[in-house]
Amino acid sequence: MGSLTEPPPPVRRIVLDAEPRVVEAPVGGNGNGNGNGNGHLRHAARRRDPVSPPRERMQIEGLTIAYGGKVAVNSVSLPVRQGEVLALIGPSGCGKTTLLRSLNRLTELTPTASRSGRISLDGEDVDTLEVTQLRRRVSMVFQQPNPFPMSIADNVAYGLREGGGRRRSKSDMRPAVIDALQRAGLYDEVADDLDHPALRLSGGQQQRLCIARALAVGPEVLLLDEPCSALDPRSTETIERLIVKLREEVAVVIVTHNLQQAFRVADHVAFMYLGELVEYGLADQVFGSPHAKRTRDYIAGSFG
Amino acid sequence: MRYLPAWGTWTDRRVERLLGALACTVLALIAAMVVFVFTKAWPSFAHNGLSWFGGGGNVDRQLAAIFDSPSNPQDYVYTLHAWPMLYATALLSGIAVICGLVFALLCAVFIVEFAPEPMRRVLEPAVRLLAAVPSVVYGLIGILVLVPLVGNHVVSESMKRSVAYVVQLDGTSLLVGAAVLTVMVTPIMIAIVVDALRAVPRGWTEGAAALGVNRWRAMWTISVRAARPAIVAAAVLATARALGEAIMLAMVAGSVGFAPNPLDGMLFFFEPARPLAATIVDNAEGLSVVPFGQTIYAFAAVLLVSSLFLSLAGWAAKRPLKRYGLAAR
Amino acid sequence: MTALRAPAPPSPPVRHGAVESTASWSRLDRVGLALCWAAGLALCAICAAILLFMLFKGLQFLRPALLFSHPLPDLDQSRTGGFLDPLIGTFVLTLIGIAFALPIGVATAVWLTEYGRPAGLARAVESGIEIVAGTPSIVLAIFGLIIFQQHVFGFLSFTAQGGSVFGRSFLTAGAMMALLALPLVVGATREALNAIPAHVREASYALGASKARTIRRVLLPGARGGIATGATLGMGRIAGDTAIVVILLGASLQMQHGDGPPGYSILSGTGSTLTTYVYNNSPAGEGNAPDKAYAAAFVLLAIVILLNFAVGSIGGSERRVAWGR
Repeated sequence: MGSLTEPPPPVRRIVLDAEPRVVEAPVGGNGNGNGNGNGHLRHAARRRDPVSPPRERMQIEGLTIAYGGKVAVNSVSLPVRQGEVLALIGPSGCGKTTLLRSLNRLTELTPTASRSGRISLDGEDVDTLEVTQLRRRVSMVFQQPNPFPMSIADNVAYGLREGGGRRRSKSDMRPAVIDALQRAGLYDEVADDLDHPALRLSGGQQQRLCIARALAVGPEVLLLDEPCSALDPRSTETIERLIVKLREEVAVVIVTHNLQQAFRVADHVAFMYLGELVEYGLADQVFGSPHAKRTRDYIAGSFG
Repeated sequence: MRYLPAWGTWTDRRVERLLGALACTVLALIAAMVVFVFTKAWPSFAHNGLSWFGGGGNVDRQLAAIFDSPSNPQDYVYTLHAWPMLYATALLSGIAVICGLVFALLCAVFIVEFAPEPMRRVLEPAVRLLAAVPSVVYGLIGILVLVPLVGNHVVSESMKRSVAYVVQLDGTSLLVGAAVLTVMVTPIMIAIVVDALRAVPRGWTEGAAALGVNRWRAMWTISVRAARPAIVAAAVLATARALGEAIMLAMVAGSVGFAPNPLDGMLFFFEPARPLAATIVDNAEGLSVVPFGQTIYAFAAVLLVSSLFLSLAGWAAKRPLKRYGLAAR
Repeated sequence: MTALRAPAPPSPPVRHGAVESTASWSRLDRVGLALCWAAGLALCAICAAILLFMLFKGLQFLRPALLFSHPLPDLDQSRTGGFLDPLIGTFVLTLIGIAFALPIGVATAVWLTEYGRPAGLARAVESGIEIVAGTPSIVLAIFGLIIFQQHVFGFLSFTAQGGSVFGRSFLTAGAMMALLALPLVVGATREALNAIPAHVREASYALGASKARTIRRVLLPGARGGIATGATLGMGRIAGDTAIVVILLGASLQMQHGDGPPGYSILSGTGSTLTTYVYNNSPAGEGNAPDKAYAAAFVLLAIVILLNFAVGSIGGSERRVAWGR
């Protein structure tokens, strides 16, 4: 690809007779020689190293998913580990969302979907688990924030109250609600308004509420389906920091079409194309020196 | 280039005014209805005062006395205590709407979520069909099948004898009336609730499923909760239909103005009960006699006020639900 | 894995996940589910019972002679004839009712969707339509009687020798029937008009057409399907109503002519419809001919079901007008 010169700083305004002021471009990367063709990624902030060795939570083996006759995911195998963020990237229609939704068997809501291959959670095949129990252990946050038409506290407590068995009273749930909101980083903003309607919150707050709601049931794996695509940059930043913080407690799988976001938050990256898993590896390696040409093309922006 | 003024061309304004006038005929009609019915009904209320709504005496005998009034306007008889009919109206409509609402909710949830596909394809036209059946057909089936069933097989001879001095238990009863009325109002409610349940945003139903909540709980706590304005609208519509049901109840719930007595125990359900609308139909021939006609108009006035009040109540009940983001249909 | 190759077919066996069982549900949830199933099955049973019963009884008692002979007042049941007059009465009344309801209904719907100024008046008209929809038909009948017994409306019905207006005729009953059909026509037309996207209107205005012309040439033809649906539903409602007929049509067994020129006299005269025929022949009425009542009820049910279910096919093909974009 050849070496690129440093991109010039953005032009803000033209002032005549002003002293020229030269600004150094920020140095990107943590020094493993990734200067080839990824200059536009070097401005993204890098994320931290994992704090403890990752523990394998889910194993996907030879997963194939088809809608009717059309194959959406073809023979994909991946591990999902707690302590790290796995990002699924790829152009639209490559099957990453379908793959994500199959992890908590949400594809079964579509009548025409069929699946083969094995997904195991802590060694158990997910098909042998009761589906409601599976979904409490593998939680999901959707692209559009979808808080229920209830108060904030009721929203967060919903999974706990309706999760089976006797319904516990609202006051019993309050400590769990507060804990989940704190883990999601929303508690400080809504501490006084827990009984107000959840739909009054802003978009970013609603999405964090959805994350709190997903965390409240105590999952082992958290699935995020393009959580920031409907949000403004500031909310996006807040949620990305939250994701990085959460990876120590739960295994995080995030689907994103935004390469910069994947670069910022991911530890492992899986690149998919037309239902196939093209490349899987450490984020540094996939973004820095990808093996497959298709990965290189995608990251450089030739298609997608 | 032709210039189109902001307020429309001359033709436009004429057309707008014409259409607007036609549209306002509805309002004029309603106003005329209220004015005319109350004007004609006023003498009956004026002569009885508040005791018009009270109890006392045999309603049928009172109506006969009014019908037999002498032709001198000074000597018109107006005495009426309409409580048995008001009570019967409230009883029949109340039972039918409450039972119907429960039944309709369960059926709607079944149709939307739990019914197997072939069954759903049968049930949806079935509901539309039931809603379209004319009330006189319901009445016919009631009077030729259910009334003899109740009169001959369910009500025993000893039961009939025990109240024979007050009323005849021949099968035309509160039970049959309420049962058929329930079947009549349920299909409308099912249709409205099914539409509302299907209109619940997928984000909510998927979100609930993704949290590991089972289908039953998710349906009730999310979808039914989100459909509350529609459920209110359905209940209001059903109550309006039940209040106004004249022909079927005239055929099936008895032609005596009797107030069923809850202290009679089980017999309560077998006693006849004739609501206001059915009374009007039963007595329609006597309208030419002036005081009788005015009494009948008084019944119509009470029904009119009830239905206006119902519309208002339905609108008022839906307003607080907007707060939590539940749109009213 | 660098070249793009056709995706391999799914590896057999392709299976679906285990279906959610109710084993993990609480007892209350399972009871609820059982109640739902019970309600659904009960609904099926009731519908089947009503339809099959009416079908059975109708086929048992309906003879073609009944459809074509006039009803005769006679104590001997074998000589009471058929129900030709009530059948004609139903048709005439339905046509009169929808003839009154369509223009007013479509005009109201057009005004509400296209103009609607001032907003308060539009809301009042909408509420008015809802109030009319909720008013019992017996109250509408009584109101009709009061109104049409005024001397102003003497031309609509028969005026007795003493000067009192009878007030009961096909025209007066039809006028009140129009109020029954009105909300249905207005609702369906509004839906159809709202389904026409804004760019169609804008295209018409951009070509220089006035609003009135746009409505007449573009919108109303486009809403034809919806208007037809509303009219058919309204006709179904009118055909099935009894209360207005009992009060406002005068209970004459055969069609009696009223005042006025030969054609008009039928409309200003009295008669009966299938609904009152069924009512009168049931034990609740004067005659006691349950078999004729069943036959007439069967015909009535067939007409009403036809009208209500024909909306699917009338509106169907026309509704899927491709508006483009």
